[in-house]
Amino acid sequence: MSNMYYTKEHEWVKIDGNIATVGISDYAAHQLGDITFVELPKPGKAVKQFEVLCAIESVKAASDIYAPVSGTVLSVNETLNTRPEIVNESPEESAWMATMKMTDPSEVAKLMNREQYDEYRKGL
Amino acid sequence: MSFTPHTPEEIREMLATIGVGSIGDLFRPIPKELRARSFDLPPGMSEFEMMARLQEMAARNGRVVPFVGGGYYDHVIPAAVDHLAGRSEFYTAYTPYQPECSQGSLQALFEYQTAICRLTGLEASNASLYDGGTALAEAAMMALRVTGRGRILLDGAVNPFHRAIVRTYLANLPVEIVELPPVNGMLDRQSLAGKLDDRCAAVMVQNPTFFGCVADYSDLAAQVHKSGALLVSAVYAVSLGLLKPPGDMGVDIAVGDGQSLGNHLSFGGPAFGFITAKKQYIRNMPGRIVGETVDREGRRGFVLTLQAREQHIKRHKATSNICSNQSLCALRGLIFLASLGKRGLVELARLNRDKAEYAKRALAAVRGVTIPPGGPTFNEFTIRLPKRADDVVASLLQRGIAAGVPLGSYYPGEENSVVVTVTEKRTKGEIALLARELEGALWN
Amino acid sequence: MELIYEISVNGRRGVRLPASDVPAATPLPGEFLRAEPAGLPELSELDVVRHFTQLSRRNIGVDTTFYPLGSCTMKYNPKAMEEGARLFLPFHPMIALLPGGEALAQGTLAILHHMEEALEEITGMDAVTCQPLAGAHGEMTGIMLIAAYHKAKGNRKKYVIVPDSSHGTNPASAAMAGYQVVTIPTAPYGDMDLEAFKAALNGEVAAVMMTCPNTLGLFNPHIKEICDMAHGVDALVYYDGANLNAILGQLRPGDVGFDVVHVNLHKTFGTPHGSGGPGSGPVGVKKALIPFLPVPRVVRRKDGSFTLAADNPQSIGRMANFFGNFGVIARAYAYTLMLGREGLIEVSELAVLNANYVMSRLKDLYELPFDQTCMHECVFSASRQLQHDIHAIDIAKFLIDKGFHPPTVYFPMIVKEAIMIEPTETESKATLDAFIDAMREAAELAEKDPAALKRAPVTTPISRLDETKAAREQNVCFA
Repeated sequence: MSNMYYTKEHEWVKIDGNIATVGISDYAAHQLGDITFVELPKPGKAVKQFEVLCAIESVKAASDIYAPVSGTVLSVNETLNTRPEIVNESPEESAWMATMKMTDPSEVAKLMNREQYDEYRKGL
Repeated sequence: MSFTPHTPEEIREMLATIGVGSIGDLFRPIPKELRARSFDLPPGMSEFEMMARLQEMAARNGRVVPFVGGGYYDHVIPAAVDHLAGRSEFYTAYTPYQPECSQGSLQALFEYQTAICRLTGLEASNASLYDGGTALAEAAMMALRVTGRGRILLDGAVNPFHRAIVRTYLANLPVEIVELPPVNGMLDRQSLAGKLDDRCAAVMVQNPTFFGCVADYSDLAAQVHKSGALLVSAVYAVSLGLLKPPGDMGVDIAVGDGQSLGNHLSFGGPAFGFITAKKQYIRNMPGRIVGETVDREGRRGFVLTLQAREQHIKRHKATSNICSNQSLCALRGLIFLASLGKRGLVELARLNRDKAEYAKRALAAVRGVTIPPGGPTFNEFTIRLPKRADDVVASLLQRGIAAGVPLGSYYPGEENSVVVTVTEKRTKGEIALLARELEGALWN
Repeated sequence: MELIYEISVNGRRGVRLPASDVPAATPLPGEFLRAEPAGLPELSELDVVRHFTQLSRRNIGVDTTFYPLGSCTMKYNPKAMEEGARLFLPFHPMIALLPGGEALAQGTLAILHHMEEALEEITGMDAVTCQPLAGAHGEMTGIMLIAAYHKAKGNRKKYVIVPDSSHGTNPASAAMAGYQVVTIPTAPYGDMDLEAFKAALNGEVAAVMMTCPNTLGLFNPHIKEICDMAHGVDALVYYDGANLNAILGQLRPGDVGFDVVHVNLHKTFGTPHGSGGPGSGPVGVKKALIPFLPVPRVVRRKDGSFTLAADNPQSIGRMANFFGNFGVIARAYAYTLMLGREGLIEVSELAVLNANYVMSRLKDLYELPFDQTCMHECVFSASRQLQHDIHAIDIAKFLIDKGFHPPTVYFPMIVKEAIMIEPTETESKATLDAFIDAMREAAELAEKDPAALKRAPVTTPISRLDETKAAREQNVCFA
């Protein structure tokens, strides 16, 4: 059973105990085009599920990234400051954006697993 | 006459292609009850009649010898500036959204950004803002974004018009502006020290100050940074031929009016504002920025970059609402700086200071006139009169001399003070005339 | 092409300054001085002239090229306006603010006042200020006036409503005035969704910002209803004048019920766009908002002379250094004098004729998402061409090779692959026909030889540029 879940706004979250790792889906990365900047959240930031966590920019677009779960930011992927392109190269692995300490594990029920997400995407 | 080329025959053909009977039919989407209730304007005229009208109006303005500044300065403008900036490929283009057919504007703006960076000693410039006052307001907002704090400490020795713009711009935001009354025409450092804390986003100063005093803010920068705030300095572009650039002082954001760089007085506009900052703040800058890149063949080219900060992409989350800037005026600034060149700008600045120092001595020699305490000055200085300055300036104006800006309207208690500006265009003879007429106005 | 810094030669001199007729001053103490001269280029005057003349040849403008950039009204800029504005270049703005100085500025103050009066009549508003320096600056001024109005009335307002088809400056201006932005989607009929609007409208709404005709180039027949509904909750209605060219003399925002308008003199009144400015964005208001207008205000005295009034306690304050972009205002005044009543009406008539002509002749090949009579501009979608992997941008680049400035692409954002064409009234049928032929050729190539479109432009000094590299590297200053 995979521990990766997706949101309708195309974020992914990997659950490991009460630690959630967050990024954007390969689909989202492709839609945005070449990523030029990731505005990472500040560690310690508390955010509720589906509220704005941070932001991302490509040449012609700017998008908010929403928190898939409620919690507090523990760490951020500093590599993205200098190499935003890895969001395009490896959106669902190397380009994780932040880890969060989850406050409510039951929220995962509001997310989609990969199959459900693929199905959802087809409908877009 | 509306500069339209259509012949009646062409209009008929076009209507037939569209499939309507008349031009009026094209306006059918506008319901009758919404049609203009009035459009009472005079009939048109030829360009020759228009020119006669405007000449008549221009003649209604009086010509005086200007010893006034207040942000706008009467400097020389090399003929090449008008000629080159008047090239219609620049003049009648718009924002360079399509870089392949706009490399002229884009490269010029990149060169402009470079010139402003070199002048101010900072690392990142945008492609211009509206004017010096709005640039100061944008700098305040930039500092608020960068620090996430909510208080601005604004030196009262900053141009009062520019301070007014800052107040207007920030009036509806949850921001507190604390204005510090100046001492001897300069920032009150003691008062500042007591107010500098972790709520403060920026300290905003000007060099030279509105009173004309030259400052070195190097030690201030260290103090401001210690509190986690940014130091913003407004500067007078031409003075930077001589004066220590804000970047060398540790200033984080520098702004100013670009009018002194090759832009006509033109009753207050158009000219341009500039803004430069340390590179780390570039994403928080307002307005357009040109960046270098390469084309498919690897040739150097220029594009509008970091557009995701701007209103057309980020809408209500943009760093500013600015869209059109003052591109052509910035181009004039660049051509001016290139025409004068490295040593020309130094000479221009020196000439201004020489003339102003000469005038300062000449005016100090007028009976009853004193030079108030304060630091050294560049091309503006304050004099104190034995009478109300408003009356004296008004009476000199009648005699064809704008003797300076009386300070009473802007600084209570300074009713007898005048800021006198002397650019390179003022001659020894005009300075002598000013001294003589001033003496006359004071004692006759 | 080399940068101006790259052609600099150590020791070369350009323009000579006047000789000094006074003794040299005692130098400033060292702590106030710059350590070394700023790194400006060292060039002869001819070097400078060649450099900028060469640069200008890497640009195109209205004088060289048809420039149907939607939403920007790139009409011809009559040359007499330049001569008119030149008459006022030497006047120092500070003179008018000196005690007794107004007497020396009667000509320039009169121009400001006459232009304000003309704009009042053209827009149907009660008062106009010429202080705002560009369209977006006018928007911000307008929203601040609205904020001041609500504050004075003790109204508690939080939101500004904008349609999703609006210019980005609308929500950005509202945010700068401290409001939260509520975005209303566009309905299938091409206008703001009325039901969604009604649902969003409540007592906390400060203003509704409308562009009319909207950014699809369509006239919204419901604007009066929208104004009335907004007024029902004491929300004011803002008219974004970007598209005023379409309705000059046909409709006046003031008559319909708009409370605040801004006008882009560089669009509707034919002043040159200058590669991105200067513009000028006068703002007109209804009576209730007059007390809040920025200062100083130009006022006509009983004896016919003009004065500057700055002592208005309710004013929002100052929006600009002085009185606005005077040189732009003087050009627009010259334009208004030359065109007169009939000329201004003809502007909207022929602008609308030209846009509908282009639309009629291209709608068989390009998708027209809202197929109805348009006003001064028409918006196509390259969605059909997308089947061949041709995007709006590819068509735009091809048009450059054909000798045209491309239309606006990818705006409004609500139209996929938008191509927004605003021909303006000053273009002839022959020019439009040539442009239409090029657009038709692009549509044909999209099907038969899409690679040719992908290669474009090939006639420009450089080919398509790597914008990602620019954004990632942020090289904005020559090292």
